[in-house]
Amino acid sequence: MMNSNEIIDDIANKEYEFGFTTDIEMDIAPPGLNEDIIRFISAKKNEPEWLLEWRLKGFQAFKKLKFPTWQHFELPELDLQSLSYWAAPKQKKQLNSLDEVDPELLATFDKLGISINEQKALTGVAVDVVFDSVSVVTTFKTKLKELGVIFCSFGEAVQEYPDLVKKYLGTVVPASDNVFAALNSAVFSDGSFVYIPKGVRCPMELSTYFRINAQNTGQFERTLIVADDESYVSYLEGCTAPMRDENQLHAAVVEIVALEKAEVKYSTVQNWYPGDKDGKGGIFNFVTKRGICKGANSKISWTQVETGSAITWKYPSVILQGDYSEGEFYSVAVVRNKQIADTGTKIHHIGKGTKSRIISKGISAGHGDNSYRGLVSVGPRAENARNFTQCDSLLIGNQCGSHTFPYIESRNKSAMIEHEATTSKIGEDQIFYLNARGIDTEKAVALIVNGYVKEVLNQLPMEFAVEAQKLLSITLEGSVG
Amino acid sequence: MLTIKNLHAEVEGKKILKGINLEIPKGEIHAIMGPNGSGKSSLASVLAGRDNYEVTEGEVWFNGKNLLEMSPEDRAREGVFLAFQYPVEIPGVSNINFLKTAVNEVRAYKGLPQLEAKEFLKLTKEKQQLVDFNTNLMNRSLNEGFSGGEKKRNEIFQLAMLNPSLAILDETDSGLDIDALRIVSNGVNKLRDAEKSFVVITHYQRLLEYIVPDFVHVLYNGRIIKTGTKELALELEEKGYDWLKEAEHQKESV
Ligand SMILES: Nc1ncnc2c1ncn2[C@@H]1O[C@H](COP(=O)(O)OP(=O)(O)OP(=O)(O)O)[C@@H](O)[C@H]1O
Ligand SMILES: [Mg+2]
Repeated sequence: MMNSNEIIDDIANKEYEFGFTTDIEMDIAPPGLNEDIIRFISAKKNEPEWLLEWRLKGFQAFKKLKFPTWQHFELPELDLQSLSYWAAPKQKKQLNSLDEVDPELLATFDKLGISINEQKALTGVAVDVVFDSVSVVTTFKTKLKELGVIFCSFGEAVQEYPDLVKKYLGTVVPASDNVFAALNSAVFSDGSFVYIPKGVRCPMELSTYFRINAQNTGQFERTLIVADDESYVSYLEGCTAPMRDENQLHAAVVEIVALEKAEVKYSTVQNWYPGDKDGKGGIFNFVTKRGICKGANSKISWTQVETGSAITWKYPSVILQGDYSEGEFYSVAVVRNKQIADTGTKIHHIGKGTKSRIISKGISAGHGDNSYRGLVSVGPRAENARNFTQCDSLLIGNQCGSHTFPYIESRNKSAMIEHEATTSKIGEDQIFYLNARGIDTEKAVALIVNGYVKEVLNQLPMEFAVEAQKLLSITLEGSVG
Repeated sequence: MLTIKNLHAEVEGKKILKGINLEIPKGEIHAIMGPNGSGKSSLASVLAGRDNYEVTEGEVWFNGKNLLEMSPEDRAREGVFLAFQYPVEIPGVSNINFLKTAVNEVRAYKGLPQLEAKEFLKLTKEKQQLVDFNTNLMNRSLNEGFSGGEKKRNEIFQLAMLNPSLAILDETDSGLDIDALRIVSNGVNKLRDAEKSFVVITHYQRLLEYIVPDFVHVLYNGRIIKTGTKELALELEEKGYDWLKEAEHQKESV
């Protein structure tokens, strides 16, 4: 494993070998991470000077930060210099892309019934597709515009609403937060921006389908959601990626700001390529997601269904700053074969009367390794803060791993923190019982798993819940017997 | 309906069934009695297709089909039903959702369309009444936290819902209170018809007063050592199994 010092040395000492020219025709930047590529990205995106400065600060932070070591898995070697940090979609490539996709994956898409067009067709769903780092399609815009809702690519937001972006960017996840967030800050390609004005209830689910397509392109999405006073929005993020043999790093950042009495629901269904049976290939999903309940009585709710990626490593978190604000985290994380998940949440109770609820359901099959890691912290001002945590693990087979790391830091005596945890196993006798009623093993597992995750899936919007349910069945196909 | 020929089975290398021969024609009720550990539940498990039992010899034919070649779910879909001695708990799976899945799986196998929600509810209500099954239990997780008797009733309720042609009841009477015993037996008697057969495994003659068997078999040490009519059950109640065991051991030592 290359440690951070080596990487920093590498970056610091290496004279860029071939120099760097801005080639307007170029679709993919040469591999490498340095100030020049950051300037290149910023120029390509026609960004204002302040944003370039912000990126460069992020890069400074990145150089100082180290890769974490506390996680419950061995961090694979990440050769960040071998990645290309800019790729624009080629028209031709888009057309051919389906042929390039592994048929097994296409079959999965078919089974799931997902296609971007279909998603668009779903009533009330606006789709903003992030295709190889640059947003190419945005729909339903006009309708949203009437309400004053802004839903566009990050790049567009920088051009059209620079003041809003400048005001909130990096206020929840500062560039120096962690090494991946810093990397993202320096080289983020695109992403989504949402602003819901005062008093507006966004009438439709805002949905973004992220896809990773070009080979060797690290994905550095940046999403910023701002919900002004007394507004409401439900945001859906779905991820699918074609199969690749090489590991692909995905280090996105999502920031959410909820002002007074605002509510934001953020839902994710992630089924990126998990690697093959032997753990070869697959996505590294190292994402920083954090929301702040800035205003009193505001609420942020994360729901995630994580079935894909070779390694899922993220802790969607909520800072409960406003008095009586609420944070929720609902999670289903599935690992099988050699997949790894180290996920959970951090809830910081700062304001008084703040409440949080954590429901985590881990499912481990095959040689998968699943860790729940959660922090509930209660600050001295957080009178009567409440937390409830339910953390369940379901094991399928004998070779998988499941771990729970709940941390509690309370600095206020009036706080009430409850933690419950269970571990159960899908037993052969349970499967046989269902078999003996005419239900085959795949369906039996699906039935048990769906029962187990119900509480989380219930948090998802209808269509998404159905999709997630199908995805779980497909993911766990063949994991028993 | 069911023909068992010289059935031998073992579990983890241990011989449990040692040559069972049994013929169960359509419409008949056969009781199987026998001391603890004699292999009654094992026989039921082998018929239902539990895979930790290895069949080493013999054949089982069900309505002209080779039962031993079928997966457990296909046996169920073909009409074999096992009411378990120890029904398992499945947390998170609602009883009603489980039943709907089971009923529709069996229907799909037979080429029938899925039951619509309304029809399914109607069927549920009807069968619930038949076996006096508590509505509260319908929406709870499958068997989770059910009392022993409630679990047994749930087995009979499932039997009523799935309407199999061969039902094997493994000690369904144990754990039932006196009223429940009567209700469950009445339910079984109502389900009984010329097309259906029952195998009733029990330790108690009392059940056989309610569900009157055509034949009673005694299973001992993996074999059927005695077959008689319902009077045999009375005799066993009175004398226990020792006289049969002794006779069996004598036979063996010859
Ligand atoms: N998995 C197993 N491993 C080892 N022995 C087993 C296993 N399952 C069953 N047996 C043995 O097989 C024998 C028959 O058991 P079975 O449950 O069929 O008896 P039974 O006649 O149903 O008894 P009861 O009247 O107590 O229900 C017993 O000796 C039991 O210990
Ligand atoms: Mg038994």
